[in-house]
Order: sequence, then structure tokens, then C-alpha cells
Amino acid sequence: MKNTEQSKHWYTELDKNMIAWLHFDMAGTGTNVLSAEVLNELSEELAVLKHKEIQGLIILSDKKNGFIAGADIKEFTKFQSPEEASNMIRQGQAVFERLENMPYPTVSMIHGFCLGGGMELALACNYRVAEDHEKTKLGLPEVKLGIHPGFGGTVRLPRLTGALKAMDIMLSGRTLNAQQAKKAGMVDYVVPKRHLKKMAVMCIQDRMPVRKPSLWLRLSNAFFIRPLLKIMILRNLKTRVSKEHYPAPFAIVDLWAKYYSNQKTMMKEEALSVAKLMTGTTSQNLVRIFFLSESLKSMGREIEFPVSHIHVIGAGVMGGDIAAWCALQGFTVTLQDREAKFIAPAMKRAYSLFNKRLKQPRLVQKTMDRLMPDINGKTGLKKADVIIEAIFENADAKKALYKEIEPQLKPNALLATNTSSIPLENLSEALSNPGRLVGLHFFNPVAKMPLVEIVKGTSTDDEEVKKAASFAQKISRLPLPVKSTPGFLVNRILMPYMLEAVTMAEEGSSPAEIDRAAVKFGMPMGPLLLADTVGLDICLHVAEIISEGIEMPVPEKLRAMTKKGNLGRKSGQGFYRYKNGRQIIPSGSQTSSSDHDLTDRLILRMVNEAVACLNEGVVENAELLDAGVIFGTGFAPFRGGPLNYWRTEGEAGLNKRLTELEAHYGRRFHPAGQLKGAHA
Amino acid sequence: MATRKLKDVFIVDGSRTPFLKAKGKPGPFSAADLAFNAARSLLARQTFSAEDLDEVIIGCVIPGPSEANISRILALRLGCTVTTPAWTVQRNCASGLQSLDSAALNIATGRSDLILAGGAEAMSHAPLLLNIHMLNLLLRLRSSKNIFQRLNTLSHLRPLHLKPVIALLCGLTDPVVGLNMGQTAEIIAHRFGISRKEMDAYAVRSHQRLAEAQDSGYLEEIETMFDGNGNYYDHDEGLYRETSTEKLAKMKPVFDRLAGSVTAANSSQVTDGAAMLILASSEAIKKHNLPVMGKIIDTRWASLDPSEMGLGPAHAIPPLLQAHKLKPSDIDFWEINEAFAAQVLACLRAWEDEDYCRNELGLKSTFGSIDPEKLNVDGGGISLGHPVGASGARIVLHLLHVLKRHGARRGIASLCIGGGQGGAMLIERTGG
Repeated sequence: MKNTEQSKHWYTELDKNMIAWLHFDMAGTGTNVLSAEVLNELSEELAVLKHKEIQGLIILSDKKNGFIAGADIKEFTKFQSPEEASNMIRQGQAVFERLENMPYPTVSMIHGFCLGGGMELALACNYRVAEDHEKTKLGLPEVKLGIHPGFGGTVRLPRLTGALKAMDIMLSGRTLNAQQAKKAGMVDYVVPKRHLKKMAVMCIQDRMPVRKPSLWLRLSNAFFIRPLLKIMILRNLKTRVSKEHYPAPFAIVDLWAKYYSNQKTMMKEEALSVAKLMTGTTSQNLVRIFFLSESLKSMGREIEFPVSHIHVIGAGVMGGDIAAWCALQGFTVTLQDREAKFIAPAMKRAYSLFNKRLKQPRLVQKTMDRLMPDINGKTGLKKADVIIEAIFENADAKKALYKEIEPQLKPNALLATNTSSIPLENLSEALSNPGRLVGLHFFNPVAKMPLVEIVKGTSTDDEEVKKAASFAQKISRLPLPVKSTPGFLVNRILMPYMLEAVTMAEEGSSPAEIDRAAVKFGMPMGPLLLADTVGLDICLHVAEIISEGIEMPVPEKLRAMTKKGNLGRKSGQGFYRYKNGRQIIPSGSQTSSSDHDLTDRLILRMVNEAVACLNEGVVENAELLDAGVIFGTGFAPFRGGPLNYWRTEGEAGLNKRLTELEAHYGRRFHPAGQLKGAHA
Repeated sequence: MATRKLKDVFIVDGSRTPFLKAKGKPGPFSAADLAFNAARSLLARQTFSAEDLDEVIIGCVIPGPSEANISRILALRLGCTVTTPAWTVQRNCASGLQSLDSAALNIATGRSDLILAGGAEAMSHAPLLLNIHMLNLLLRLRSSKNIFQRLNTLSHLRPLHLKPVIALLCGLTDPVVGLNMGQTAEIIAHRFGISRKEMDAYAVRSHQRLAEAQDSGYLEEIETMFDGNGNYYDHDEGLYRETSTEKLAKMKPVFDRLAGSVTAANSSQVTDGAAMLILASSEAIKKHNLPVMGKIIDTRWASLDPSEMGLGPAHAIPPLLQAHKLKPSDIDFWEINEAFAAQVLACLRAWEDEDYCRNELGLKSTFGSIDPEKLNVDGGGISLGHPVGASGARIVLHLLHVLKRHGARRGIASLCIGGGQGGAMLIERTGG
């Protein structure tokens, strides 16, 4: 029975038990999101249902992939002012309040993802019933977009789970699986799919008990506890993010501490706070990055390229970790090296990665079963759809290998190299079909770095580039097409920044001081700690390769340290000292010197290089460049990328500052010029 | 019943794990892991995929508690379809040979065309069990109503209850005649007058032959295995290169402790391992364009007094040769599983003994002698171990490699079987 003809996205069915089933099936898309239109329609549906003589209401999604993915992020960018945003949020809050005050029991029947606004909708129901399945994901990830829950989530979640759990969930933005959500108190019942509807009906007909938080959990929200808990929570939070860069999590704690006792006010304040955040630069930059990552993903969808078997040659750190990652993503993987002793350490790392990610021994075994060592490539080469070469960086060795394997490969198989330094044009000479070689440049650690540079040499076929992008997308990695120039994009931009840091250390600044300047800017890790982690020998190698192509002096200190065997984390001594791979934090090294100059020197070299890369056409446009640098280096996401920073800070000002630095420190600060082709 | 013409049974390919010596604690791989590792590499190099298999058959004596039908677990882990039947066979020490025989029969009769068959055993994983007294006590404890009853029940706990049942030792003991396998070897050693010296010399030669085979790269059927802790396993661990008759002479007899001659060193080793083969009909060979290593011609099983189980091969082989009108000299190479040096030597002695051949084997005269240079040429259970479920499949697979190396044609693989049986398989290498 359809009773509201005007709804595009919702329809109601009334069953024989007089229970209304309100289906959400967003028109024209495969994923349910809460747009303004959707919320309006929901409001009208509820207005009609409110006056019906029925037993209860069950809200469910008709989409295969989940319940509701959250708010419609596209609408975030439309607001001109905080007032406009706040009005819209208040309207949404009103809809959920209507839902909360229905005169009969309400149930959210959840499968797949239930995130953000979708989770808040579920929180406004009396019951939440979730499917017991690995794909069920619940959470309030708003902070990842620089905002926080705005439809009453900050009010309703602490009520259900107690303050500590609620703060943990909202401040981290992490998602929970069905069992974790049940344990936290976010859902009442978790059942397998076959019982999902029955359970939802039971909630209404049998008035199943709702989950009640314990006295202690309720106490955690009490007015006399909140100030104490707030101190604790903030202390923890500050170790992870800075308020200046990421205001949203701090706003959540403030809201709760100040207003929890008066929930009506808290709702109002919640809306105001979100509206303010939403129109602030952090959130706008994070939303921009979200769309950039979507556009990178869409590059992987340009062609159909079926992949089931991946063959990796070279079981070193990169090759081994790429193989493990591909197996974890569900593919059959063969890992080739010359002898068992080279493969064994890779299998160990894979096993520990799988244990960490999958936890259940059954799944770990299944994944290990997919990862097959293949001494000398006896079995994998002929069957693989993708072949990734990751042997040591020697052009002759690579070419000899290609000559040997090319005749054995399937005709349509993708042949990729993970080289970070050898021009593809050089390597592809060895092939009878040079057009098939493409670069797939992964970053270390593979399991953590979301970006893969898709390197196109002058001889590389466009088709192969598209296949490579499609493959990257299949293994949950973001593909970034780049030109085959020394250092490609990410290393090329990182290197001046790291070298400048080495130069500053050479001049006498302390490593801690230098790194602090970068972290303060918003980099995830200081450049010298990064250099130590990567290995100074590797840094030197990459620096030398890049400086063949562009003017980039390599500081003597880097050579000297490498020569002495101080290679960083792996040798126990670099710019810092390490014991068993862990940094020994020097005590009492806090200095209060002004690090303004340090920050500018570090960041401007990176930003200046980004301008040069764009002008040389290393990547297609400024958007892709920003995305690449953020996902490849962790460049302060809230700043929206180096070119976005360049634009927002003002080109004229930065060029002036560069000229100043050039006068003081030398030609390496010479401005790369005007930004070309930026269409933002 | 009219006899149907039986189809030819071809051996396409095979792989095995290295045989890993039990080191007093559960080894790194379960029986299913071992079988999986052998079979995964084997299947990966074929022109067909696991989904094309008609069935999977494994011999295993003591599968782990969570892998009762270990074959089905293997099939699913390998990526067979859910509709691929898989079953496990058990004939003690010859379980691996039984699985090949079962597979061969199903192909010969036309029920299946392509079968993965073999054997696996993780002897180091054999469980410790609660004894019956402890079991009863625990059951009583469970039905106790209150804390006093429970305490009362617990007060009956005695050291006797805590004595575990070692499944491996039980498995190696014949409950009917009350003898363990080593004692049955002592019995036949005595019967045929096999001296301690002979046994030790045989054992030393087994190690020397394995050492030579390893050094010459003759064990190409071994697939390297990796665990999750950065270790790899690429060779049989039972080999003791420094062995000598002088060293072995110092060992104490372990079964008849006072006056016996069977020692740990002239017996097979407790070992983990698996061996897997692909068997096919001529139709499957054609369909998937498969290479052929050889053919399974026939198999015979024989039974005898459990207390003389080591003579099993002596009983199984003659009828097999007679059925095919072959003499021992027609056989190019022999693999007789080395459960005990005494037992292999006793078989050879029995065939030269006119009295035994007439009265016990029902032959008209002696069966004949076998050239020791053609028997177990690359070592055997004494040097590389005897994972009971796997050995039968291993010796058939290795025999094929030996025949190929020597450009020879016919081979016999045979095992003695705890409980008083023997099994023997006749294979032929085809091609050049």
C-alpha cells in the first residue's frame, strides 16, 4: 500500500499486524543519503503516520549496500553563511524529534552502513536492530569532514552509551561493526539476516526491553562528573590533534560539558556549532579532499579490467608488502623471488598484517591461503592478470627480467613496475611491446599509504594506464596518473622539504625544533623523523636521482651521515636515536625559539616545487596535484593541499617571501612562477 | 555380473611437503596445512583449476580434532567448488596408498575423470586425551547440583585421573595382540634371524642414500613451505648425515628393552608431512592437455598375523606380480616403506626362504631375491620419516621420479600396515 504519492524517496507498507514499514529507497542512486529533499519527505511521511492507528513503525532501506550513508555531502558546499546552514540543520533536527516522539514504538532495521546522519536517524528511534554481518558498519564519522553530528547525535549517543564511549566514537570518527556497536550500546539487537525482520517485529509486538545504560554510564553524564571527565578527555585528545587545525572534536567535548544537562539548549547549540564548523576553512578543505578522493576513485572506473590473480616479482619490503596487501583485498597472489629465504620474511610480515586486520584465525588462514610463494615464478607468471615487478633498482636487471618473462605472460595481462627512479622509457626498451609497461608506484608502508602513482612513460599505451588505475581502485588504493619524470610527483615534492630540513640541521637547528615547525604547520610527521623512518640511504638515493633532473642541491650532511652508516631508524641512529626501532625521545629539549622562519623554509620549498610540477605537467591539474600530495605525503589535509595553500595564502605574498628567502639562503628558493591551469 | 572393461589410470603430476621431524611439541603445520601446501603448488602449475577436479581423497590416520574429514577441508581451501565431493580414507600406515587405490578405482570404473589424491599426517599434533576415569569424574562434576556435591566429587580426584592417554602411542600399539609396532618388528627379526648389526647397517645406508639424493637434487617433488614466523622448510629434516654403524651401535633397544635389537635409529621417525598426486583418465588427459608421468596398473592388499605385521609386503607383492605374469626381475625399482629396518630385511629374507614361500605365501618355490641397489634407492622412512598417512603416496610419487631418472619402466611401491596387513601397487612409467 502506497499512501503518499508525492514521495520520491520513501514509501510505506502496512502489514497485517498493523505495523508500518517505512522504506527508504533514494531515487536515482544506489546509496541512501539524507539530502534536504529526503528529509522534507521523511517529515511529511511521519506527519501522516503519526495519526494512524498502528502498532509501530519500522524504518528500513531498500538499498543493497546499506541503511543510510550519512548526510548529502554535496549540500555542504552550498551554504553561504552559518545562519543558512544552521537553519537547515535545525529543520533536520525537527524531523528527528518528530520521529523520536511518535506515539508508538519505532525501530531502525539496519544492514550495511549506517553512518553520520543515518546513525543519528537510528538513534532517534526506540529500537535499533542490526544485521550480524561483517559489512554492517555503524558510526558518526563527521569529524573526518571537519564537523560533528548535527541531528542530535551529540545529545542522544552519550545518553545510550555513557560519555566515555560516546566521546571515543564521535571524536575518533571510527566505525563499529555490529557486535562492537551492540557492546557499546549503540544498537539493541544484533541478529543474522534471516531473523532481521522478525526481530524488528518482535521489538514492537513483544515490547522487547530496550538497552538501558548502567548507573555508572548514566553518571558519566552527570553535571558534577562532566568537568572532571572533560579534563581527562581533552588531555587525551590534545595528544592526537590540535584545536587550531581540527576544531570539530573540541567543539563536541565543549557542547557536552556545557549543555548536556539541558538537552533542548544542547540541540540548538549543536546546530550552531556545526553551522560554524561547516562554513569554516578546515571543513571546507576536508570536504574538498573527500571529493578529490572520489574523483581519483572514479579514474579507476574508466574501463572494465577483470583481475583475479596478481603476480609480484621481488619479495623485498615493497614487493612483499604489495603482495600481502593484494591478498588482503581478496585476490589470489603469487610472490616470486629467487630463493625461499627472500620470501620468508615477506610471509611473516603478511601474517602479522592479516592477524592485525582480520583477527579471526579462520579469516587469517583464508588470506594466507591466497598468498602463494612462487620460487622463480614457476606457476604465477603464466596465469596472472597483473604482474608487478618490484626487484632492486637496477635498470639492467629489470630489463633482463622483462625479456625473460614477456613471452610467458597472458596477452592482456598488465605489466607494471614499482620503480621509483628509473625512467619507464629506458625500461620498456627491453620489451617487444614497449607500450605495455606502466609504473605502479606504491608508498611505504603499503598497508597505510592510500595513494599509488600510475606512471606513464612516453611509450606507455593509454589503455594500460587505464588498466593500472582500474587495478589500483580494485585494491582500494587511489590512482594518481603522473608523467615519468624523476621522482614522479610525491617524492619530487617531498624531497626539497626533507633536504631543507637536513640543511637546517646542518646549520645548527635541533632536529626536534625543525620537526616541530613542520608538525605545527599540520604535517603528520616532521621531515627528519620521516627521513629516519624511510632510511637516509634511500633518501639520498632518491635525492640524487631527482637532482639529476632539476636544480636541487643535496646537503653534505646527508651524504656524511649515510657514509657513516647512520641510516635512521633501521640502523638505530639517524637524526634521532632508536632502540629496537623505537625512537628515544630526548628529555628537556623543549626550546621556545621562534620557528616562523623554519616553517616557511620547509613548507615553501614544498609548495614552490608543487607549482613547478604543475607547470611542467607532471600531473594533469591542480586538483589532482593537491590530492596526490595529501594522500601521498599526508600534507596537512585541513589546508587542502599545497596549491590550495598557495592560492589561499596569496600568490603575490608567497612569491615575495620566496624572493626574500632566495636572497638569504640561495637559488633553491627561486620562485617557480605563476600558477598555471588552476581551475578551482 | 558382467565384467566391464576398466579404464586406464594415469598419474599426471605430484608434489609433497618436506618431511618435518617431530621435535617434542606440535609442529608448525596441521595435517590440513601440510596437505594444502603440497596441493596448492601442485594445482597452481596445472592447465586446469581446482574447480575441474571431480573429487579429492586423502589418507590420514589421526586428523586434528577440527578436521575429521580432512579431505573436504582441503578441497574447500584449495578452491574446489562446494559441489566437489571429498573423503578421507584410513588404512593405518598405508592410508596414502589406499587413497591412490580408491582414486584409481573410481577412474578405472568411469565414476571420475580427474582426482586429487594423497596422504597427510601431522604426527606431532596427535592429541593427549583424558583417560576414562577423568572423563567420568568430569561428567559427574557437571551433574553435581550444588557446591557441596561438587566439592565431594572433586575430593575423589587422584593422580590416576591426571594420567593422559597419548593418542600417538595408542595408535602405534595393536590392541588385539597387545604389542606395539616395534615389538612386532622384534618378533620377525627373531624369526628370520636378523641381527642388530644388519639393521644398523641398513639404517646407515638409508641416511647415506637420502644424503646423496638431497645433494644431487633428486627430490624435486618437494615444495618449499613457509610459516607465518619467517621460517621456511625446504628439505627432509630426518636426515642425520653424521651417522655411522659405530654410532648406531651405542643406541639402546626401545621396545624389547633388555635383549632386543630394534632401536629408535633403525626404526622410522615420527614425522609430519603430506604428499599429493593428480590422477586422471585418458579423457581428462585429452580435455586439459595434461602431461603423463605414469600409470597405475594394479594394487593388491593382503592380511596376516598382526604380531608379524612387518611382513605385509611379503604377502601383498607376490599375488600382484602373479596377476600380471611378472617375475621380480621384471621390476626395475622397488619402494618398500621402511617402518623398521628389521621389517624390510625380513621381507627380503622371507622371499628367499623356501619354507616360508611355500607354507605362508602359497608359492610353489621361493619368490626370489631383490637387488638391494634397486630398493629404496633414495632413502626411506628411517632417514626421512614415516608420517603414517602420507608415506604411501610419497613412495609412489618418488618411485615415478626414480623410474624417470633411470629411464626405467616398472616399479612396485609397498607398505606394511599396523594391524597385520600389507599393500602393494604396481606402476609403470609411460613416455620417454
